[in-house]
Amino acid sequence: MIIHHPLLGPRDASEFVYKGDASLIDRPDWKADNAADLFHDYLYLRDNPAGEHCELWYHEQGDRSWLVVTRNTLTHDITNVELARDVALAKQAKKSGRGEK
Amino acid sequence: MKHRGTKYSGFKVIKEALTGHKGWKPVWRTPRPKSEYDVIIVGGGGHGLATAYYLAKEFGITNVAVLEKGWIGSGNVGRNTTIVRSNYLLPGNEPFYEFSMKLWENLEQDFNYNAMVSQRGILNLFHNDAGRDAYARRGNAMILAGADAVLLDQDGVREMYPCLDFENARFPIKGGLLQPRGGTVRHDAVAWGYARGADNRGVDIIQNCEVTGMVIENGICRGVETSQGIIKAKKIAVCVAGSSSRVMSMAGMRLPIESHVLQAFVSEGLKPILPGVVTFGAGHFYVSQSDKGGLVFGGDIDGYNSYAQRGNLPVVEDVCEGGMALMPMIGRARLLRMWGGVMDMSMDGSPFIDKTHIDGLYFNGGWCYGGFKATPASGWCYAHLLAKDEPHPVATEYRLDRFKRGAMIDEKGMGAQPNLH
Repeated sequence: MIIHHPLLGPRDASEFVYKGDASLIDRPDWKADNAADLFHDYLYLRDNPAGEHCELWYHEQGDRSWLVVTRNTLTHDITNVELARDVALAKQAKKSGRGEK
Repeated sequence: MKHRGTKYSGFKVIKEALTGHKGWKPVWRTPRPKSEYDVIIVGGGGHGLATAYYLAKEFGITNVAVLEKGWIGSGNVGRNTTIVRSNYLLPGNEPFYEFSMKLWENLEQDFNYNAMVSQRGILNLFHNDAGRDAYARRGNAMILAGADAVLLDQDGVREMYPCLDFENARFPIKGGLLQPRGGTVRHDAVAWGYARGADNRGVDIIQNCEVTGMVIENGICRGVETSQGIIKAKKIAVCVAGSSSRVMSMAGMRLPIESHVLQAFVSEGLKPILPGVVTFGAGHFYVSQSDKGGLVFGGDIDGYNSYAQRGNLPVVEDVCEGGMALMPMIGRARLLRMWGGVMDMSMDGSPFIDKTHIDGLYFNGGWCYGGFKATPASGWCYAHLLAKDEPHPVATEYRLDRFKRGAMIDEKGMGAQPNLH
């Protein structure tokens, strides 16, 4: 698999370490009343879809950036790659209702 | 129930040989599904067929259907590298796998089918003092659970496997943990033997029947929607390995499982060189030699979510490097075939055999890359759970809620990261 790194261009997937579902970016609220349940679900349960899957890849043998890769688990086709930082910041902005203009 | 089909024997083979082999018959029927069963088993792989067989034979429940999307044995039971062993460490696992080992030892007599069970031994290599200590501990845990284990020094390994590279600079072989009762089994024959045994006792094996939905009313699972219509049952037992998350999502469940691809390889046929199974964990490589002479080998999972039943080349290179490090002579053999299977990798590397929170819906899965050796015990324990609604004594730890209770069975101590198990 070739991952098109947003900064470095096409890189072989073997340079990366795989983490898992990109929803792992969203850590639950540790102050919530049901925090234990939320963290159980966060840590152990997965959607594990057959088809399009957003996932975290770490460029360990490269620039050590975290990427969010959208990949099809049935065909291994990669359709989108973003810096995880951008994805996380966009989510944060959306949450606080500020939204980029 | 009496065995309905033809009993196989040496006499039968001779008789057929003298009469033009006209007496052999198909060993299972091709029935249309009935509208209702006592138990529906979703998934006609090794575990599903074993469950049906033991339900009928040991627990007297014969009004059973096995639904298979493709043809039986088309998934992981025909894609694994055929190894059976019970060399586990943890008390939640070892008694279960030793139960399985004992069932393997008597399997062919039990289901009257030649599964080529070959107890040629499995050897795990170590390369330093720490590895030796860990394997001494594991061997003791195995012996405590009634299994067999022998700790070999370097000379002991050299005597069995002179072809290995003992002087490898990074991982010199210092010895190994041998389980003499481990070995290999012809994997397709396991599926066929269980299918034949189940069919003969009245189980309907329905191929090309894909489950497309669950019929759930008021929190009770009453049947499944399939490509051949709705089929009702008192109990629905899912065991679909790599497709676990897909099928259980039809019941609205999320599982502690990721699906990953594992590759396996066979070389061209060679003269006998490996008498048993050798694992080189430090180099991510294990190998045995089939009765046809091919070296059957593999390594780690590719490490990313996949349902593709095929992997990528970097892992092929990694596995072959492991092979070269362990036994440089493998470099002269040509690779004949390679393929992939989808592993239901659980969060602690151990499986589940459990009821779900939905009445009537049962789940068996999370076998990671180790499901084949577990086939007989998995089938027996699942049948026990379905028949009695309580777990079999050797499978009490395989619960879906074990992460919530902090009762993980983490053989490798890797934590909730499936691609590290």
